[in-house]
Amino acid sequence: MAHIPDGVLSAPVLIGGGLLAAGLVTVGVKRLGEAQIPQTAVLAAVFFVASLVHIPVGPTSVHPLLNGLMGLVLGWAAVPAILVALLLQAAFFGFGGLTTLGVNCCNIAVPALAVALLLGPRLRIQQDRRRAFLIGLAAGLLGVGLTALMVCAALALSGPAYVPALGLVLLSYGPLALVEAVVTAAATGLLCQVKPEIFAPAHG
Amino acid sequence: MSALVRADWRAEPAASPAGRLQALAPELRLVLAAAFALVTVLLGQIPQLLAALALAGLLAVLARLPLARTLRRMLALDGFMLPLLLVLPLSVPGVPVARFGPFALSVEGLAEAARILLTANATVLAVLALAGTIEPARFGHACQRLRLPAKLVTLLLFTVRYIAVLQQEYRRLRQAMRARAFRASGSRHSWRSFGHLFGMLLVKSFERAERVTAAMRCRGFTGRYYWPEAPPLTASDWRFGLLLGLATALLLASEALA
Repeated sequence: MAHIPDGVLSAPVLIGGGLLAAGLVTVGVKRLGEAQIPQTAVLAAVFFVASLVHIPVGPTSVHPLLNGLMGLVLGWAAVPAILVALLLQAAFFGFGGLTTLGVNCCNIAVPALAVALLLGPRLRIQQDRRRAFLIGLAAGLLGVGLTALMVCAALALSGPAYVPALGLVLLSYGPLALVEAVVTAAATGLLCQVKPEIFAPAHG
Repeated sequence: MSALVRADWRAEPAASPAGRLQALAPELRLVLAAAFALVTVLLGQIPQLLAALALAGLLAVLARLPLARTLRRMLALDGFMLPLLLVLPLSVPGVPVARFGPFALSVEGLAEAARILLTANATVLAVLALAGTIEPARFGHACQRLRLPAKLVTLLLFTVRYIAVLQQEYRRLRQAMRARAFRASGSRHSWRSFGHLFGMLLVKSFERAERVTAAMRCRGFTGRYYWPEAPPLTASDWRFGLLLGLATALLLASEALA
Protein backbone atom coordinates (compact mmCIF):
# COMPACT_ATOMS: atom_id res chain seq x y z
CA MET A 1 0.00 0.00 0.00
CA ALA A 2 2.87 2.32 0.74
CA HIS A 3 4.60 1.29 -2.47
CA ILE A 4 4.21 4.14 -4.98
CA PRO A 5 4.84 2.92 -8.56
CA ASP A 6 6.95 4.62 -11.25
CA GLY A 7 5.35 7.44 -13.19
CA VAL A 8 3.13 8.83 -10.44
CA LEU A 9 5.45 11.35 -8.80
CA SER A 10 7.08 14.46 -10.26
CA ALA A 11 10.84 14.79 -10.77
CA PRO A 12 11.51 17.21 -7.85
CA VAL A 13 9.75 14.86 -5.42
CA LEU A 14 11.68 11.86 -6.78
CA ILE A 15 15.01 13.67 -6.48
CA GLY A 16 14.23 15.07 -3.03
CA GLY A 17 13.11 11.67 -1.77
CA GLY A 18 16.16 10.01 -3.29
CA LEU A 19 18.55 12.45 -1.63
CA LEU A 20 16.85 12.19 1.76
CA ALA A 21 16.84 8.39 1.53
CA ALA A 22 20.52 8.35 0.55
CA GLY A 23 21.36 10.48 3.59
CA LEU A 24 19.31 8.36 5.98
CA VAL A 25 20.70 5.11 4.59
CA THR A 26 24.28 6.42 4.89
CA VAL A 27 23.73 7.20 8.57
CA GLY A 28 21.93 3.90 9.10
CA VAL A 29 24.69 1.86 7.45
CA LYS A 30 27.39 3.71 9.39
CA ARG A 31 25.64 2.90 12.67
CA LEU A 32 25.04 -0.72 11.68
CA GLY A 33 27.60 -2.89 13.43
CA GLU A 34 28.78 -5.86 11.40
CA ALA A 35 27.71 -8.23 14.18
CA GLN A 36 24.21 -6.76 13.93
CA ILE A 37 23.73 -7.58 10.26
CA PRO A 38 22.09 -11.03 10.68
CA GLN A 39 19.46 -9.73 13.12
CA THR A 40 18.78 -6.73 10.89
CA ALA A 41 18.33 -9.10 7.96
CA VAL A 42 15.79 -11.10 9.98
CA LEU A 43 13.67 -7.98 10.38
CA ALA A 44 14.03 -7.08 6.71
CA ALA A 45 12.87 -10.60 5.86
CA VAL A 46 9.91 -10.33 8.28
CA PHE A 47 8.92 -7.06 6.58
CA PHE A 48 9.13 -8.81 3.20
CA VAL A 49 7.20 -11.91 4.25
CA ALA A 50 4.53 -9.84 6.06
CA SER A 51 3.77 -8.04 2.81
CA LEU A 52 2.67 -11.39 1.35
CA VAL A 53 0.29 -12.16 4.25
CA HIS A 54 -3.38 -11.26 3.86
CA ILE A 55 -5.13 -10.31 7.09
CA PRO A 56 -8.90 -10.01 6.65
CA VAL A 57 -10.66 -6.78 7.67
CA GLY A 58 -14.38 -6.67 7.00
CA PRO A 59 -14.92 -7.37 3.29
CA THR A 60 -11.29 -6.75 2.26
CA SER A 61 -7.85 -7.71 3.50
CA VAL A 62 -4.60 -5.87 4.22
CA HIS A 63 -0.90 -6.66 4.29
CA PRO A 64 0.77 -5.54 7.51
CA LEU A 65 3.51 -2.94 7.06
CA LEU A 66 5.34 -3.54 10.38
CA ASN A 67 7.49 -0.40 10.14
CA GLY A 68 6.54 0.54 13.72
CA LEU A 69 7.73 -2.83 14.99
CA MET A 70 10.96 -2.50 12.98
CA GLY A 71 11.60 0.90 14.54
CA LEU A 72 11.08 -0.51 18.04
CA VAL A 73 13.41 -3.46 17.52
CA LEU A 74 16.08 -2.02 15.22
CA GLY A 75 16.33 1.73 15.80
CA TRP A 76 18.48 3.27 13.05
CA ALA A 77 19.20 -0.12 11.51
CA ALA A 78 15.56 -0.11 10.34
CA VAL A 79 16.54 2.25 7.49
CA PRO A 80 18.95 -0.05 5.61
CA ALA A 81 16.66 -3.00 6.38
CA ILE A 82 13.70 -1.24 4.78
CA LEU A 83 15.77 -0.16 1.77
CA VAL A 84 16.96 -3.72 1.11
CA ALA A 85 13.46 -5.17 1.49
CA LEU A 86 12.00 -2.52 -0.85
CA LEU A 87 14.70 -3.15 -3.45
CA LEU A 88 13.95 -6.88 -3.42
CA GLN A 89 10.20 -6.24 -3.59
CA ALA A 90 10.59 -3.85 -6.52
CA ALA A 91 12.87 -6.18 -8.45
CA PHE A 92 11.13 -9.50 -7.84
CA PHE A 93 7.47 -8.62 -7.34
CA GLY A 94 7.08 -5.25 -9.02
CA PHE A 95 5.83 -3.76 -5.70
CA GLY A 96 6.76 -0.11 -5.93
CA GLY A 97 8.98 1.37 -8.59
CA LEU A 98 12.72 1.72 -9.09
CA THR A 99 12.73 5.50 -9.54
CA THR A 100 10.42 5.85 -6.52
CA LEU A 101 12.68 3.68 -4.33
CA GLY A 102 14.03 6.72 -2.45
CA VAL A 103 10.62 8.24 -1.79
CA ASN A 104 9.13 4.90 -0.74
CA CYS A 105 12.09 4.25 1.54
CA CYS A 106 11.58 7.63 3.24
CA ASN A 107 7.81 7.10 3.53
CA ILE A 108 8.32 3.84 5.42
CA ALA A 109 11.64 4.43 7.21
CA VAL A 110 11.04 7.93 8.60
CA PRO A 111 7.99 6.74 10.58
CA ALA A 112 10.07 3.77 11.80
CA LEU A 113 12.72 6.23 13.03
CA ALA A 114 10.05 8.37 14.68
CA VAL A 115 8.80 5.29 16.53
CA ALA A 116 12.36 4.37 17.51
CA LEU A 117 13.10 7.82 18.92
CA LEU A 118 9.72 8.50 20.59
CA LEU A 119 8.66 5.08 21.83
CA GLY A 120 11.85 2.99 21.82
CA PRO A 121 13.32 4.43 25.05
CA ARG A 122 10.03 3.90 26.92
CA LEU A 123 10.01 0.24 26.08
CA ARG A 124 13.48 -0.52 27.35
CA ILE A 125 13.01 0.51 30.95
CA GLN A 126 9.95 -1.57 31.74
CA GLN A 127 8.92 -5.16 31.24
CA ASP A 128 5.20 -5.00 32.12
CA ARG A 129 3.34 -6.77 29.33
CA ARG A 130 0.28 -4.52 29.51
CA ARG A 131 2.37 -1.36 29.03
CA ALA A 132 4.36 -3.03 26.28
CA PHE A 133 1.05 -3.82 24.58
CA LEU A 134 0.03 -0.16 24.74
CA ILE A 135 3.39 1.05 23.44
CA GLY A 136 3.08 -1.45 20.59
CA LEU A 137 -0.40 -0.11 19.85
CA ALA A 138 1.01 3.42 19.63
CA ALA A 139 3.93 2.22 17.50
CA GLY A 140 1.60 0.54 14.99
CA LEU A 141 -0.65 3.59 14.75
CA LEU A 142 2.25 6.03 14.48
CA GLY A 143 4.07 3.92 11.88
CA VAL A 144 1.09 3.56 9.54
CA GLY A 145 -0.33 7.01 10.24
CA LEU A 146 2.91 8.83 9.45
CA THR A 147 3.43 6.68 6.35
CA ALA A 148 -0.06 7.56 5.12
CA LEU A 149 0.59 11.27 5.68
CA MET A 150 3.95 11.10 3.90
CA VAL A 151 2.45 9.26 0.91
CA CYS A 152 -0.20 11.99 0.70
CA ALA A 153 2.47 14.69 0.99
CA ALA A 154 4.50 13.12 -1.83
CA LEU A 155 1.38 13.02 -4.03
CA ALA A 156 0.29 16.56 -3.17
CA LEU A 157 3.77 17.95 -3.87
CA SER A 158 3.79 16.14 -7.23
CA GLY A 159 0.72 17.87 -8.60
CA PRO A 160 -2.41 19.73 -7.52
CA ALA A 161 -4.49 17.31 -9.60
CA TYR A 162 -3.87 14.59 -7.01
CA VAL A 163 -5.25 16.64 -4.12
CA PRO A 164 -8.91 15.57 -4.58
CA ALA A 165 -7.77 11.91 -4.42
CA LEU A 166 -5.95 12.30 -1.10
CA GLY A 167 -9.11 11.75 0.94
CA LEU A 168 -9.59 8.38 -0.76
CA VAL A 169 -5.92 7.49 -0.26
CA LEU A 170 -6.05 8.35 3.45
CA LEU A 171 -9.29 6.43 3.84
CA SER A 172 -7.67 3.34 2.31
CA TYR A 173 -5.11 3.38 5.14
CA GLY A 174 -7.83 3.21 7.82
CA PRO A 175 -8.25 -0.58 7.89
CA LEU A 176 -4.47 -1.05 7.76
CA ALA A 177 -3.92 1.30 10.73
CA LEU A 178 -6.49 -0.63 12.77
CA VAL A 179 -4.98 -4.05 12.03
CA GLU A 180 -1.40 -2.83 12.30
CA ALA A 181 -2.00 -1.35 15.76
CA VAL A 182 -3.41 -4.61 17.12
CA VAL A 183 -0.78 -6.77 15.39
CA THR A 184 2.15 -4.61 16.55
CA ALA A 185 0.72 -4.41 20.08
CA ALA A 186 0.35 -8.19 20.35
CA ALA A 187 3.81 -8.79 18.90
CA THR A 188 5.42 -6.22 21.22
CA GLY A 189 3.64 -7.66 24.26
CA LEU A 190 4.77 -11.16 23.39
CA LEU A 191 8.37 -10.10 22.70
CA CYS A 192 8.56 -8.18 25.98
CA GLN A 193 7.56 -11.28 27.86
CA VAL A 194 9.47 -13.92 25.92
CA LYS A 195 12.60 -12.12 24.69
CA PRO A 196 12.85 -8.60 26.15
CA GLU A 197 16.52 -8.27 25.20
CA ILE A 198 15.44 -8.12 21.55
CA PHE A 199 14.64 -4.42 22.05
CA ALA A 200 17.77 -3.43 23.94
CA PRO A 201 20.99 -3.98 22.00
CA ALA A 202 20.08 -2.69 18.59
CA HIS A 203 19.35 0.87 19.67
CA GLY A 204 22.01 3.50 19.66
CA MET B 1 26.92 -20.14 -1.75
CA SER B 2 25.16 -22.69 -3.92
CA ALA B 3 22.55 -23.41 -1.23
CA LEU B 4 21.83 -19.71 -1.13
CA VAL B 5 21.43 -19.63 -4.86
CA ARG B 6 18.96 -22.48 -4.77
CA ALA B 7 16.94 -21.02 -1.90
CA ASP B 8 14.17 -19.41 -3.88
CA TRP B 9 11.43 -17.88 -1.76
CA ARG B 10 8.96 -17.66 -4.57
CA ALA B 11 8.02 -21.25 -3.83
CA GLU B 12 8.29 -21.98 -7.51
CA PRO B 13 11.39 -22.53 -9.59
CA ALA B 14 13.15 -19.33 -10.65
CA ALA B 15 12.05 -18.20 -14.09
CA SER B 16 13.10 -20.79 -16.64
CA PRO B 17 16.80 -20.45 -17.40
CA ALA B 18 15.97 -21.04 -21.04
CA GLY B 19 15.07 -17.34 -21.54
CA ARG B 20 17.62 -15.43 -23.61
CA LEU B 21 17.89 -12.62 -21.03
CA GLN B 22 18.94 -15.00 -18.27
CA ALA B 23 22.24 -15.67 -20.03
CA LEU B 24 23.33 -12.03 -19.64
CA ALA B 25 25.42 -10.62 -16.78
CA PRO B 26 23.20 -9.73 -13.80
CA GLU B 27 24.93 -6.40 -13.13
CA LEU B 28 24.28 -5.38 -16.74
CA ARG B 29 20.60 -6.31 -16.37
CA LEU B 30 20.29 -4.26 -13.16
CA VAL B 31 21.81 -1.20 -14.83
CA LEU B 32 19.56 -1.62 -17.86
CA ALA B 33 16.47 -1.99 -15.66
CA ALA B 34 17.31 1.24 -13.83
CA ALA B 35 18.04 3.04 -17.12
CA PHE B 36 14.78 1.82 -18.65
CA ALA B 37 12.80 3.01 -15.61
CA LEU B 38 14.49 6.39 -15.69
CA VAL B 39 13.88 6.94 -19.41
CA THR B 40 10.25 5.78 -19.22
CA VAL B 41 9.52 8.14 -16.34
CA LEU B 42 10.92 11.01 -18.45
CA LEU B 43 8.62 10.22 -21.41
CA GLY B 44 5.43 12.27 -21.66
CA GLN B 45 3.88 11.49 -25.06
CA ILE B 46 1.40 8.64 -25.40
CA PRO B 47 2.95 7.16 -28.62
CA GLN B 48 6.41 7.04 -27.04
CA LEU B 49 4.98 5.43 -23.91
CA LEU B 50 3.20 2.84 -26.04
CA ALA B 51 6.53 2.11 -27.73
CA ALA B 52 8.17 1.74 -24.30
CA LEU B 53 5.43 -0.68 -23.26
CA ALA B 54 6.00 -2.69 -26.45
CA LEU B 55 9.74 -2.76 -25.76
CA ALA B 56 9.06 -3.97 -22.22
CA GLY B 57 6.77 -6.64 -23.64
CA LEU B 58 9.57 -7.77 -25.93
CA LEU B 59 11.90 -8.01 -22.92
CA ALA B 60 9.28 -10.06 -21.06
CA VAL B 61 9.08 -12.47 -24.00
CA LEU B 62 12.88 -12.73 -24.16
CA ALA B 63 12.96 -13.45 -20.41
CA ARG B 64 10.07 -15.95 -20.81
CA LEU B 65 8.16 -14.42 -17.92
CA PRO B 66 5.21 -16.62 -16.92
CA LEU B 67 2.15 -14.90 -18.41
CA ALA B 68 -0.44 -15.42 -15.65
CA ARG B 69 1.80 -14.45 -12.75
CA THR B 70 3.12 -11.36 -14.53
CA LEU B 71 -0.36 -10.16 -15.46
CA ARG B 72 -1.47 -10.69 -11.84
CA ARG B 73 1.35 -8.48 -10.61
CA MET B 74 0.55 -5.77 -13.13
CA LEU B 75 -3.13 -5.86 -12.13
CA ALA B 76 -2.18 -5.51 -8.46
CA LEU B 77 -0.15 -2.45 -9.40
CA ASP B 78 -3.06 -0.94 -11.34
CA GLY B 79 -5.37 -1.62 -8.40
CA PHE B 80 -3.09 0.39 -6.16
CA MET B 81 -3.29 3.37 -8.51
CA LEU B 82 -7.06 3.15 -9.02
CA PRO B 83 -8.07 6.06 -6.74
CA LEU B 84 -5.56 8.34 -8.50
CA LEU B 85 -6.57 7.21 -11.99
CA LEU B 86 -10.27 7.72 -11.24
CA VAL B 87 -9.82 11.20 -9.82
CA LEU B 88 -7.41 12.62 -12.43
CA PRO B 89 -9.90 12.96 -15.34
CA LEU B 90 -12.16 14.94 -12.98
CA SER B 91 -9.54 17.08 -11.30
CA VAL B 92 -7.31 18.15 -14.21
CA PRO B 93 -8.82 21.26 -15.79
CA GLY B 94 -9.28 21.23 -19.55
CA VAL B 95 -11.66 20.56 -22.42
CA PRO B 96 -14.61 18.53 -21.09
CA VAL B 97 -15.63 15.39 -23.00
CA ALA B 98 -18.46 14.27 -20.74
CA ARG B 99 -20.41 15.63 -17.81
CA PHE B 100 -21.82 13.91 -14.72
CA GLY B 101 -23.82 16.55 -12.86
CA PRO B 102 -21.27 19.02 -11.49
CA PHE B 103 -18.29 16.91 -12.63
CA ALA B 104 -16.65 17.06 -16.04
CA LEU B 105 -14.21 14.57 -17.53
CA SER B 106 -11.41 16.49 -19.25
CA VAL B 107 -9.35 15.31 -22.21
CA GLU B 108 -6.17 16.44 -20.45
CA GLY B 109 -7.11 14.49 -17.32
CA LEU B 110 -7.78 11.31 -19.29
CA ALA B 111 -4.45 11.72 -21.07
CA GLU B 112 -2.67 12.20 -17.74
CA ALA B 113 -4.27 9.05 -16.31
CA ALA B 114 -3.29 7.11 -19.44
CA ARG B 115 0.30 8.41 -19.18
CA ILE B 116 0.62 7.24 -15.59
CA LEU B 117 -0.93 3.86 -16.33
CA LEU B 118 1.39 3.28 -19.31
CA THR B 119 4.53 4.44 -17.47
CA ALA B 120 3.90 2.27 -14.44
CA ASN B 121 3.07 -0.84 -16.44
CA ALA B 122 5.92 -0.49 -18.95
CA THR B 123 8.43 -0.01 -16.14
CA VAL B 124 7.23 -2.84 -13.98
CA LEU B 125 7.22 -5.23 -16.94
CA ALA B 126 10.78 -4.28 -17.91
CA VAL B 127 12.02 -4.49 -14.31
CA LEU B 128 10.44 -7.92 -13.78
CA ALA B 129 11.98 -9.13 -17.05
CA LEU B 130 15.47 -7.69 -16.50
CA ALA B 131 15.96 -7.71 -12.72
CA GLY B 132 13.25 -10.07 -11.45
CA THR B 133 14.78 -13.03 -13.29
CA ILE B 134 18.17 -12.72 -11.58
CA GLU B 135 18.82 -15.48 -9.07
CA PRO B 136 18.49 -13.88 -5.62
CA ALA B 137 22.07 -14.54 -4.51
CA ARG B 138 23.53 -13.35 -7.81
CA PHE B 139 21.41 -10.24 -7.35
CA GLY B 140 23.52 -9.49 -4.25
CA HIS B 141 26.76 -10.06 -6.13
CA ALA B 142 25.57 -7.79 -8.91
CA CYS B 143 24.88 -5.06 -6.32
CA GLN B 144 28.42 -5.53 -4.99
CA ARG B 145 29.88 -5.12 -8.50
CA LEU B 146 27.87 -1.93 -8.86
CA ARG B 147 29.78 -0.58 -5.82
CA LEU B 148 26.99 -0.63 -3.26
CA PRO B 149 28.44 -0.41 0.29
CA ALA B 150 29.72 -3.82 1.45
CA LYS B 151 27.59 -3.80 4.61
CA LEU B 152 24.46 -3.14 2.59
CA VAL B 153 25.27 -6.00 0.21
CA THR B 154 25.95 -8.36 3.12
CA LEU B 155 22.62 -7.31 4.61
CA LEU B 156 20.92 -8.01 1.28
CA LEU B 157 22.46 -11.48 0.99
CA PHE B 158 21.42 -12.37 4.55
CA THR B 159 17.93 -11.01 3.87
CA VAL B 160 17.56 -13.12 0.75
CA ARG B 161 18.52 -16.18 2.75
CA TYR B 162 16.24 -15.38 5.68
CA ILE B 163 13.23 -14.70 3.47
CA ALA B 164 13.35 -18.34 2.42
CA VAL B 165 13.85 -19.50 6.03
CA LEU B 166 11.12 -17.26 7.42
CA GLN B 167 8.62 -18.28 4.82
CA GLN B 168 9.06 -21.92 5.81
CA GLU B 169 8.85 -21.00 9.48
CA TYR B 170 5.73 -18.92 8.78
CA ARG B 171 4.06 -21.85 7.08
CA ARG B 172 4.93 -24.12 10.00
CA LEU B 173 3.44 -21.71 12.53
CA ARG B 174 0.31 -21.19 10.42
CA GLN B 175 -0.12 -24.94 10.19
CA ALA B 176 0.22 -25.26 13.98
CA MET B 177 -2.47 -22.58 14.33
CA ARG B 178 -4.71 -24.36 11.86
CA ALA B 179 -4.30 -27.55 13.84
CA ARG B 180 -5.75 -25.61 16.80
CA ALA B 181 -8.74 -24.60 14.66
CA PHE B 182 -7.55 -21.02 13.96
CA ARG B 183 -9.22 -19.41 10.98
CA ALA B 184 -8.20 -15.96 9.78
CA SER B 185 -11.13 -13.57 10.13
CA GLY B 186 -11.67 -9.87 10.66
CA SER B 187 -11.92 -10.17 14.45
CA ARG B 188 -9.65 -8.65 17.07
CA HIS B 189 -8.76 -12.13 18.27
CA SER B 190 -7.59 -13.04 14.79
CA TRP B 191 -5.46 -9.87 14.47
CA ARG B 192 -3.87 -10.50 17.87
CA SER B 193 -3.08 -14.03 16.82
CA PHE B 194 -1.30 -12.65 13.75
CA GLY B 195 0.63 -10.34 16.08
CA HIS B 196 1.69 -13.31 18.20
CA LEU B 197 2.57 -15.17 15.02
CA PHE B 198 4.94 -12.38 13.89
CA GLY B 199 6.32 -12.12 17.42
CA MET B 200 7.10 -15.85 17.51
CA LEU B 201 8.57 -15.63 14.03
CA LEU B 202 10.94 -12.93 15.31
CA VAL B 203 11.91 -14.85 18.46
CA LYS B 204 12.69 -18.03 16.56
CA SER B 205 14.51 -16.26 13.72
CA PHE B 206 16.56 -14.05 16.04
CA GLU B 207 17.77 -17.07 17.96
CA ARG B 208 18.57 -18.79 14.71
CA ALA B 209 20.47 -15.70 13.52
CA GLU B 210 22.47 -15.68 16.76
CA ARG B 211 23.41 -19.35 16.32
CA VAL B 212 24.32 -18.83 12.67
CA THR B 213 26.47 -15.77 13.43
CA ALA B 214 28.28 -17.63 16.22
CA ALA B 215 28.95 -20.57 13.91
CA MET B 216 30.16 -18.28 11.11
CA ARG B 217 32.49 -16.46 13.53
CA CYS B 218 33.96 -19.81 14.56
CA ARG B 219 34.89 -20.27 10.92
CA GLY B 220 36.53 -16.88 10.66
CA PHE B 221 33.65 -14.72 9.38
CA THR B 222 34.39 -11.10 10.27
CA GLY B 223 31.17 -9.62 8.97
CA ARG B 224 32.35 -9.48 5.36
CA TYR B 225 32.09 -11.95 2.53
CA TYR B 226 34.75 -12.69 -0.02
CA TRP B 227 33.06 -11.84 -3.28
CA PRO B 228 33.36 -14.22 -6.20
CA GLU B 229 35.47 -12.83 -9.04
CA ALA B 230 33.30 -11.04 -11.60
CA PRO B 231 33.57 -12.54 -15.08
CA PRO B 232 34.07 -9.79 -17.68
CA LEU B 233 31.12 -8.85 -19.89
CA THR B 234 30.85 -11.10 -22.94
CA ALA B 235 30.26 -10.07 -26.53
CA SER B 236 26.55 -10.87 -26.27
CA ASP B 237 26.33 -8.77 -23.08
CA TRP B 238 27.76 -5.81 -24.98
CA ARG B 239 25.54 -6.42 -28.00
CA PHE B 240 22.36 -6.56 -25.91
CA GLY B 241 23.36 -3.60 -23.75
CA LEU B 242 24.09 -1.45 -26.79
CA LEU B 243 20.86 -2.47 -28.55
CA LEU B 244 18.65 -1.71 -25.55
CA GLY B 245 20.59 1.47 -24.83
CA LEU B 246 20.06 2.57 -28.43
CA ALA B 247 16.34 1.78 -28.29
CA THR B 248 15.81 3.80 -25.11
CA ALA B 249 17.94 6.65 -26.47
CA LEU B 250 15.72 6.69 -29.59
CA LEU B 251 12.63 6.90 -27.40
CA LEU B 252 14.11 9.80 -25.50
CA ALA B 253 15.21 11.59 -28.69
CA SER B 254 11.79 11.25 -30.33
CA GLU B 255 10.26 12.61 -27.12
CA ALA B 256 12.56 15.62 -27.16
CA LEU B 257 11.80 16.33 -30.86
CA ALA B 258 8.04 15.90 -30.53
